Amino acid sequence: MAIADLAEQLLRYAFMRNAFAAGTAVAVLAGVIGWFVVLRGETFAGHTLSSVGFPGAAGAVLFGLPQLLGLAVLCTASALGIASLGRVAEGDRYGAPAAIGTIQAFALALGFLFASLYRGLLNGVNGILFGTLLGITQAQVVLLAALAVLSICAMAVISRPLLYVSIDPDAAASAGIPVKALSVAFLVLLALSVAATTLITGALLTFALLVMPAAAAQQLVTRPPVAVLLSVALGVAIVWLSLATAYLTDYPIGFFVTSFGFVVYLLSRGVRRLSLA
Amino acid sequence: MEALAWLQSMLGHEFIRDAFVAGTGVALASGVAGYFLLLRGQVFAVDALSHVAFTGALAALAAGVSELVGLLAATILVAVVLSLLATEARARDVVTGSLFAWVLGLGVLFQSVYVTTRSTGNGAAGVHVLFGSVFGIGPPQTVITVVVGIAMALAVLLLARPLLFATIEAGAAAADGVPVRALGTAFLVLVAVITAEAVQVVGALLILGLIATPAAIAQRLTARPYRAMATSAGVAILAVWVGLGISYAVPVMPPSFAIIGLLFGTYVALVAAPRLRRLRPEMHE
Repeated sequence: MAIADLAEQLLRYAFMRNAFAAGTAVAVLAGVIGWFVVLRGETFAGHTLSSVGFPGAAGAVLFGLPQLLGLAVLCTASALGIASLGRVAEGDRYGAPAAIGTIQAFALALGFLFASLYRGLLNGVNGILFGTLLGITQAQVVLLAALAVLSICAMAVISRPLLYVSIDPDAAASAGIPVKALSVAFLVLLALSVAATTLITGALLTFALLVMPAAAAQQLVTRPPVAVLLSVALGVAIVWLSLATAYLTDYPIGFFVTSFGFVVYLLSRGVRRLSLA
Repeated sequence: MEALAWLQSMLGHEFIRDAFVAGTGVALASGVAGYFLLLRGQVFAVDALSHVAFTGALAALAAGVSELVGLLAATILVAVVLSLLATEARARDVVTGSLFAWVLGLGVLFQSVYVTTRSTGNGAAGVHVLFGSVFGIGPPQTVITVVVGIAMALAVLLLARPLLFATIEAGAAAADGVPVRALGTAFLVLVAVITAEAVQVVGALLILGLIATPAAIAQRLTARPYRAMATSAGVAILAVWVGLGISYAVPVMPPSFAIIGLLFGTYVALVAAPRLRRLRPEMHE
């Protein structure tokens, strides 16, 4: 009974229903993509793409466009940028992180410029950077759900060769799999899911939904399909719990998403260590 | 003549002079340390440290303590934890990333506590920490910043020889009796102090640009370690000076954007230049 009461209380308002629906779509998408991100060791790139979300969202507000559009366009553009700059810098071993870090700092600076130009936004900066429960519209929910379904379908198509490429790139290349093209395609999918995640967690905390559930799942399960499902389940659970506590306590959602995510990750490391011992 | 008069009028303002002095100290230290960070593959650690700086600053504000104390405590603590945690290269990314995402989330909590409980609290405090407010740095802070900046640069130079050895040939250095782990920790602690200082100039989110980009530029220009360190510091200082000047001339442009934008432009030009040169002969044929 108590649970039914709680659910009734949480879902009473339209903005919370929208937040739950959007959060679920995003958590599912992030759970799938995130598992490959962790497997491929591309967490830094994911983090950079989410920084780019900031000028995307701030620029969209400045020019009066929908936030999700600004996010998706800029994230995808910089995914392609990372792919090409990274290739240029391949010659020296330390070039790629420097290139990614440079793009990241510039992106954040650009977002700050947009925010300064649009004077009223200075307080909205917090929402864009750290996420907010409020202001998710019905249209955004529909868009996010569509984006999630399409991206997951695309992942289903490329998942087998991508897995091969991620685990053994040399063997995959000699088997005739287009390694470069697959990597770029995955970066673009990553960019889209970062854009979606940013709407919920804010640009700075996408790591919490994109990496933490996936990293936890990878600690616990080795078989890819099971691990992806677990990653999705953990992500959804984290989002629901966070939305509920943020609503009930009135503290920012970003704090709860990162805290629950971190706890889940630490627990999974502990469980793995115990089972190995 | 006109340019000279413009410079004179700009430097006539005390807050501009302070910004130049403090910015130079921070840029010097960032440039020198950046060279090693890039060489050691620790760019991601700077990113983590800078985010932690945000949380430290806001925790201090929420508790009513000096911002710099909070900054230093947070960054040094995390630098030590990071050097203890990071055992294998692959785990490092996820461990560091998860830890700093959580710490950042904690910062958001402190911010909301600060805004709701302190009468002086305002929502823009977080924005200043994230993006810097070098024009509002104030005279006592300026002196501290430039002194600490120079001291940190000297400290990194003091460690430079053994650190280079330990970075390039960890095994040989350890066999030679160089305390590789302790050196690594000491270096990260120096970086932590530099990060805390740099928050005031470019802000927590843009430190990565001030530390990694000049070093990346220097690495493209020279392979010799000490020359690269000097180049990196020189590039960082120049970017701060020109950036501050641009921001003074174009008031809508935040100084941190001008500084980071200049560095980004230079880096991209350097990356693109050799490619364009390679293309040119083909076009003539």
